[in-house]
Amino acid sequence: MSEHQTSLNFRENAARAVGDDSLRAAMRNAADTFGTRRAAAFAAIPDLEALRDQASDLRLQVLDNLPALVEEFSANATRAGATVHRAVDAAAAREMILSILTERGVRMAAKGKSMISEEIGLNAHLQAAGIEVVETDLGEYIIQLEGETPSHIIVPAIHKNRQQVGKLFAQRLHVPYSDDPQVLTKIARRVMREKFLAADAGISGANFAIAESGSLALFSNEGNGRMVTSVPPLHVAIISMEKILPRLSDLPTFIRLLPRSATGQAITSYLSLITGTRKPGEATGARELHIVILDNGRSEILAGECREMLKCIRCGACMNVCPVYRTVGGHAYGWTYPGPMGMVLTTLLTGMKNSYPLVDASTLCGACVEVCPVRIPLVPLILKLRERRVREGLSDPKERLGMRFFGAAARNPDLFYWGEWVSRLFWPLIRKLGGKDVAGRLPEPSGRPFHRRVS
Amino acid sequence: MRVQLFGTCVVDSLYPEVGEATLRLLEHFGVDAVYPRGQTCCGQPAFNAGYRAEARGAAEHFLSVFTGSDPIVTPSGSCAAMVKHHYPELFQDSPRLLEKANGVAARIFEISQFLVQVLRAHESCFQGSGTLTYHASCHLTRTLGVREEPLLLIASLRGTQFVPMPDAGRCCGFGGTFMAKLPEISCAIADEKAQSIIASGAGTVTGCDSACLMNIADALKRRGSAVRVAHLVQLLAEGL
Repeated sequence: MSEHQTSLNFRENAARAVGDDSLRAAMRNAADTFGTRRAAAFAAIPDLEALRDQASDLRLQVLDNLPALVEEFSANATRAGATVHRAVDAAAAREMILSILTERGVRMAAKGKSMISEEIGLNAHLQAAGIEVVETDLGEYIIQLEGETPSHIIVPAIHKNRQQVGKLFAQRLHVPYSDDPQVLTKIARRVMREKFLAADAGISGANFAIAESGSLALFSNEGNGRMVTSVPPLHVAIISMEKILPRLSDLPTFIRLLPRSATGQAITSYLSLITGTRKPGEATGARELHIVILDNGRSEILAGECREMLKCIRCGACMNVCPVYRTVGGHAYGWTYPGPMGMVLTTLLTGMKNSYPLVDASTLCGACVEVCPVRIPLVPLILKLRERRVREGLSDPKERLGMRFFGAAARNPDLFYWGEWVSRLFWPLIRKLGGKDVAGRLPEPSGRPFHRRVS
Repeated sequence: MRVQLFGTCVVDSLYPEVGEATLRLLEHFGVDAVYPRGQTCCGQPAFNAGYRAEARGAAEHFLSVFTGSDPIVTPSGSCAAMVKHHYPELFQDSPRLLEKANGVAARIFEISQFLVQVLRAHESCFQGSGTLTYHASCHLTRTLGVREEPLLLIASLRGTQFVPMPDAGRCCGFGGTFMAKLPEISCAIADEKAQSIIASGAGTVTGCDSACLMNIADALKRRGSAVRVAHLVQLLAEGL
C-alpha cells in the first residue's frame, strides 16, 4: 500500500488515512502514550532547558566542523580495524554494501533497525541480488512481514494494533493466532534467534559516531542491535554523515536526552559502543567491520539556510506531539521520514519539486519546537520551505492569485473593505463554490463590519 | 490611559461583536481606546504561506497606521504574536523599518495580557454563570508565552465553574490556510478538540483567538453539540 504513496500526493494519502478508524485509534493511542511518557521522564530532570541548550550547541559545533570531524572519525575507525567507505548518494551506498556482501559470499544478512537503510532502499536492492535480509527489530520485523515501510522513525509499526499483528503472524508464520504481545514477542524471538546464528552478516545503523575514537554508539531495547553487530563474522554499519559527535565525553548529554525524548525511558535497555573489530583475546565482536558514511544531499543542506535540520538526533518526539502526524500516521508523508522533522528533511533530501505539497503538513502550532531536545527551529524551517516553494514557482496558482490580491488589499484599506463587502454580497455563491469543507466551515460575514461600528 | 485597538481582519468581518466587547472592557477600566483608521490585516495569511513580499507589504501598512507610542491592544494571540515576533524578522534588511517594527513589537499586547499585566483586571469581579472550559491557542501560548493570564481572568468570573478540558493546549486544527488546503486533516483534528470540549462537560468554551474559536464552533456544530463558543472578552464584558 505504502509504495504507491508519494509526498506529492500528501493530501490524498492523508484523506485516506483520516478515514481509517483503526489506524487513527492506533496512532492516537501510541502518540499519546509516548508523549505522556516523555513528559514524565523529563519531569525528573531539573536542568532540562540548560541540557537542551547544551545539546543544541554541541550539535551546532558538529555542523560547523563536519568535514573535519568526518575525516577524524574515519581515520580513528580505520585505526581500530574498520574499513570506512564514503557514499555520495543512495545508489552508491546500495552498491557498496551489495558488493561488500557478495564479495564475501553472504547469503543471509540479519539487520538491526536503521532509518538510513530505509532512506537508501537497501533491503529491496539486496533482495533483488538474491540475498535474504531479515529485520530483527520487532517492529521492523512486523512491517517486513507485511511488506510495508516504517510509519515512525522509532516505532516502525506504530500504526498497527496487536490484533493485526496476531493475524499477520498466524498467516505468515503459521502459528496459532494470539493477540497477546508477550506470546507474539516470543514467537518473533524464536524465529530471530535462528537467523542471528545463521546470518553471514549483520547490518546496522548507529545513533552516533564518535570522532575521537572512531566508535559507533547504538541505543536499543531489544538486544537485537547487539546480536546483529557482534554475532555474525561481518558487520556492515551505515550512518549518515551528521551523526558524528566530537568526543566520547559528549555522549552523556545525549544519553540523557535521546531515550527520554524517544520513549520516555531514562536509558535504553542496551547501549553499545563498538570500536573497530574483534581484537585478539576478545570473545565477541565482528571480525570484519565496514562503515558506510552517507552524504545523499546532506553537504548541500549543510551549506544552506535549513542546516539546523542536521542537528536532528532522530528521537521522534516531534511526531508524537504533532496534531497532523497523530491524525494521519507516517505513511501519508510518502517517504522515509514522517512528522515535522520528516516533512522538512524529505523536502530537503528529495527536492522541492518531488515534495512541495508536504510543506503544508503543519498547522504551525509549534508543539514540535517545544519538545525538540536539540532545539531545531522546526516552524521557522517550515516557513523557509514555504517561502522557497513560492520562489521556485511551485505554489498553487490559485493561492498565488489570492495572495496577490491579499497583498494589494492589505496595503489599501479601501480595497480591503471592498473585498469584505463583496464576500458578504456574494456569500451564498462563495459558500456554494467554496465547498462544504472549506467555505462551509466559515460563518457568514457581518453586514456591519467592526470598522464601521466604531466610526 | 490611551491605547490603540487593532481589531484584526477576522474580527472585523466575521466577529465584530468581539471588537465591541473589547472596547466595552477597555472603557470600563477607564482606558481611552482609539481605533486607528485604515487598519487591515497583520499579514499572517501571506507570511504563513510563504509569501514574504505580500506579508511585508501588509506589515509596512500596519507600521504606517499604528504610529505613536501608545500601547496597541488586540483580541488575538496569533496576530499579536505575528506583530511581536515576525515583524522585526521581516525588516532585517531595512534599518528604518526595523526600528518601527521593533517599536510596534514592544507596544503590542494581546487583550488578556493587557487586562492582567497592565489593568490588573483579574483583581476585579466579573459576573459569570454556568460551566466554562478553555482552549489554550497555539500562538498565544507557544509564540507569545501567554499562559496564565486567561486563566486568571476566568477565575475572576464569579459564579462560573471552570472545568479544564483534556489536552487544552493541543492545536484545534485551524492553522490559517491549513484549514483550506488540508480540510480533511483540519476537520479531523477539530473533531478531536470538539470531543475534548464535550468531555469536559462545560456549557461554554472560550479562548483568545476568534479564528480558532470559529474552527471549534464549526466542529461542535458538526457534532450537533449545544456548547456555546465565546471569546473571553465577550464573557468578561457580559459580566461587567
